Amino acid sequence: MTLYTKRHGLSRRTMLKTGVAAAAGTLAAPMVWAQSNITLRQAGTGVSAFNEIAAKAQEDLGITLEMTALDSDSVTQRVATQPDSFDIADIEYWICKKVWPTGNLQAMDTSKIANYDKIAGTFRSGKLTPTSEIAQGTAPHTVGFTTGVDGKEFVQEESGWMTLIPTIYNADTLGIRPDLIGRPISNWSELLNPEFKGKASILDISSIGIMDMAMVVESMGEYTYPDKGNMTREEIDLTMAIFTEAKKNGQFRAFWKSFDESVNLMASGEVVIQSMWSPAITAVRGQGIPCVYQPLEEGYRSWGGGMGLAASLEGAKLDAAYEYINWYLSGWVGGFLMRQGYYSAVPETSKLFMSDDEWGFWYEGKESMGEIVSPSGQTLEGAGAVRDGGSFIDRMGAVACWNSVMDENQYMVRKWNEFIAA
Amino acid sequence: MVSPLAIVLFFFLVLPIAMIAIVSFWQATEFSIIPAFQFENYEFLFGSPVTYTVFINTFKYAILTWIFTFLIGFTVAYYLAFHIRSLTWQVALFLLCTIPFWTSNIIRMISWIPFLGRNGIANSTLISWGVIDEPLEWLLFSDFSVVLAFVHIYTLFMVVPIFNTMMRIDKSLIEAARDGGANGAQILWNVILPLTKPGIMIGTIFVVTLVMGDFFTVRIMSGSQSANVGRLISNDIALLQYPSASATAIVLLLTVLITIGILLRFVDIRKEL
Repeated sequence: MTLYTKRHGLSRRTMLKTGVAAAAGTLAAPMVWAQSNITLRQAGTGVSAFNEIAAKAQEDLGITLEMTALDSDSVTQRVATQPDSFDIADIEYWICKKVWPTGNLQAMDTSKIANYDKIAGTFRSGKLTPTSEIAQGTAPHTVGFTTGVDGKEFVQEESGWMTLIPTIYNADTLGIRPDLIGRPISNWSELLNPEFKGKASILDISSIGIMDMAMVVESMGEYTYPDKGNMTREEIDLTMAIFTEAKKNGQFRAFWKSFDESVNLMASGEVVIQSMWSPAITAVRGQGIPCVYQPLEEGYRSWGGGMGLAASLEGAKLDAAYEYINWYLSGWVGGFLMRQGYYSAVPETSKLFMSDDEWGFWYEGKESMGEIVSPSGQTLEGAGAVRDGGSFIDRMGAVACWNSVMDENQYMVRKWNEFIAA
Repeated sequence: MVSPLAIVLFFFLVLPIAMIAIVSFWQATEFSIIPAFQFENYEFLFGSPVTYTVFINTFKYAILTWIFTFLIGFTVAYYLAFHIRSLTWQVALFLLCTIPFWTSNIIRMISWIPFLGRNGIANSTLISWGVIDEPLEWLLFSDFSVVLAFVHIYTLFMVVPIFNTMMRIDKSLIEAARDGGANGAQILWNVILPLTKPGIMIGTIFVVTLVMGDFFTVRIMSGSQSANVGRLISNDIALLQYPSASATAIVLLLTVLITIGILLRFVDIRKEL
């Protein structure tokens, strides 16, 4: 099952740690949060719910983080329907587009965010570098700002009120098993290549899956969308028709919904080419099985996550939440996440918490000098390895579209159900 | 006076179902639910070809699972009840049947995946025996694997009630039949089968309702490639479409009730028990 809860602050070890932190707080510096014993409940997608982050927050800030990891759909549901069940929502930007109008989140005052100016351009102006083109879909900056603390509308400029503080993001592409394919793959259209009949897979999360589909359809030369991120009904029908036909012809081995399903499909050799997420590739490789996150000519489908504050937060808890967010952007977390293969919203500060070799490998796309080790201590690459897709600018600069919520979302979801049942 | 049972049933059965029925007439946008009284959810449900495919699929799984669980369940119960003479052994073997139930449903189901996979134990064994040259693709992520998992999980629900009714059959009836000149097949068909009907019916109700209400087995064992009604509902819930999920749930509930109603036409469980 994809639903599990990581509860922090219950085990004896953490109790001891809390004690030590609190004691250190009283002796050394006046650490407000340790004394007032603030707990923040963070509900989010599994990608960034790491116990290590909670432990470090406890250590540095004295804030207890209770993390709940859910799949994208469940977390959307939680934010929309149970506003009192969380203090911080760690969601994706396309989810923000869905849940912001409920009023369950409050905007953040960017003047209270110390590293605001250093946040990557993608999340502010939408442009990674001044010359970048803005990709299609629900690009983070389009839903990143609002009019005021309880603003309901999104605004397209940096208004000083941010809906979500970006945490992690990445550029996704297809994962392949090079040993079982045995030839170069360079286009999205390969997903529907009859050569891989019965050995392909796509993810069964409609908002993301439809974007992968669109990349494939464009790559096949079947159709060029004016805006993949906001399809018309006809475009949705056309996209689904192509994939339904492929499904009926037995192109797909399975669809996956949770991260571990995608790892198992790939590692067992049931599937040789599929939509995949970066850490899943790492997990397959960790089993000693070759797996490549294949850069493709048409570019990447990107996603971004961010933290939003619950509308009900106020007083000391709200201050603690700001403190936590400032800490999150101050570098340690960024370094931790970069070593997982994600990108942090403020790359500059993360650099301080990474070795030069790590920074070179993960961010600059340089050849590794020594072993590249994951935060959990697993050796991911030896010396002389280069990251799939190269540097940050190469990868994030080649984003073709973002995960999206379309105007015709409900229609798309119905069509998606038909596709699954077909 | 209202009995305690009635109170419990009211709060935990009638009230929730009434809520579902009410919500099924509401409206939903992407992020909120609006109280209303409109038939849009039902109109969409009955107007969509997916609904029919999915209901047919659900019945297909229920019928196939029923056939296999019945054949296996009846055989096992028959063997236990009539071929094992000592009560100790009967109880021991019966308990043996329940051992798989000591682990969770999900684990028993998921353990089929590495077994049936393309490079799984089943395929590699068959290839090494020379039975097949190429791995069989349909073993996993197919209707076959879905029904297999259902049969595996639910056969015991057939064994228990059938065994129970068989144990109550007066052995002298069988002797009388034999004295009257009936052969084994005739005894089975004319004596044992009619007398085990209530057990079969209880087992059938268990299996049919469980299979029709399932969503997880179908998702995992078909690799998300097939859908039954349960998956339709769970997809709707995941996308915050509670009213539409409720409408589907109500239609499913009525379908299952009608099915059970028809089944009970064949056997009056109350009278026979």
